[in-house]
Amino acid sequence: MKDIDTDPLVRLSEWRAKGQCTALATVVQTWGSSPRPVGSHLAVNEAGEFAGSVSGGCIEGAVIAAALATIETGETSMLEFGVTNDMAWEVGLACGGTVHVYVERVE
Amino acid sequence: MKSSLFDSLCEALLSKHACATVSNLATDKQCFVQSGNAGGDLELSSADIQSVEEMIAADVSGHIAKTDLFVRVYGPNYRMIIVGAVHIAQALAPMAQLAGFDVTIIDPREAFVQASRLSDVASIREWPDDGVTKLEPDLRTAIVTLTHDPKLDDPALAAALKSDAFYIGSLGSKKTHAKRIRRLTEQGFTDADLSRIHGPVGLDIGAKTPSEIAVSILGEVVTIRRLVAA
Repeated sequence: MKDIDTDPLVRLSEWRAKGQCTALATVVQTWGSSPRPVGSHLAVNEAGEFAGSVSGGCIEGAVIAAALATIETGETSMLEFGVTNDMAWEVGLACGGTVHVYVERVE
Repeated sequence: MKSSLFDSLCEALLSKHACATVSNLATDKQCFVQSGNAGGDLELSSADIQSVEEMIAADVSGHIAKTDLFVRVYGPNYRMIIVGAVHIAQALAPMAQLAGFDVTIIDPREAFVQASRLSDVASIREWPDDGVTKLEPDLRTAIVTLTHDPKLDDPALAAALKSDAFYIGSLGSKKTHAKRIRRLTEQGFTDADLSRIHGPVGLDIGAKTPSEIAVSILGEVVTIRRLVAA
C-alpha cells in the first residue's frame, strides 16, 4: 500500500508487530479552514516516532506529546486547537480554523 | 482501540473492502462496521448502522448527527486503469498510487511492460478492450489511454465509454484527438458519449517531459474527482 493517506495505519501495524506500544490520533471535527480533513490520522509509537498528519505540521508536536501520555496511561484524550484556544499563542492553527483531535491507545 | 478492532481494520484495508470504525467519543466504546455488520463493545441501533452504511457509500467521515458517534470511513479505493506501459506511465502510475489510487496497467506488448520496470504496479497483458472490461470500471475508476496507437487506444476507449468510469482521458494532440473522435463516431458513439473523453489529456500546465505530463493528467483526474464527480 503506497497511498500516503492510509500509510499511518500501515506503520502503526508494523510497530505493533514489533511489540511497540502505539497511539492513534484522528481529526474528528473541524471548523473554518483547517489543513487536514476529518478522519486524518497521525500514528505515534512509544519512541515518539510518528507517521501521517493531523495538520500542516503546526500542532503535530502537541499531539505527539498527548499521544505519548496516552500510551503511558491508556486514557483517551480530546484535544482542541484553534485561535480561540488558550494555547493559541503557543500551539495553534495559523490558518484560523479549529480542529478536534481524538487520541487513543491502540491495544 | 482494541487490538481485535485494529486487526479487523487492517484486514479490511489489505483486502480493499470498504469499512468504518465507529467511536462513541463520550464513552470511548467502539465498533467496526463492514457490509452492514457491526462488531465490538459499542452497540449500534439499526438506524445508526444505516447511517454508517450511507457514510461508507458516500466515503465521508464525521459525526452521526446529534450523537457522540464519530464514524471514520475507509472507503472503497479509487482506481486508475492506464492503457499503455509507456514512458509517461512510469511516472503516472507511482504518482497515482501516492494519491490513493489502485493502479492497473494494461498492455499486450510484453516488451513495453518489461521496459517500464513498474514492478510495484499490477499489470495485465491483454488486448485493452478485454482488459478494461474485465476490470469492471465503476464510478470510482479513472481510465487513461497513453499508447498513442489507435489499434490499442480505440478499443480501450470503446470499452471505457460503455462503463461508468468518472474520468476517461486519452493522450494525443488536438489533431490526433479529432481523428480519434471521428473513428469512434463511425463506431456509433454519440457526441454526448465522446464528450466524456478528456483529450488532449490533462490540465494545460505547459508540461513537456513524461513526468510533467503525468502531473497534468493526475491534476485533471483529481479535479474531476473532487470538483465535478463528487
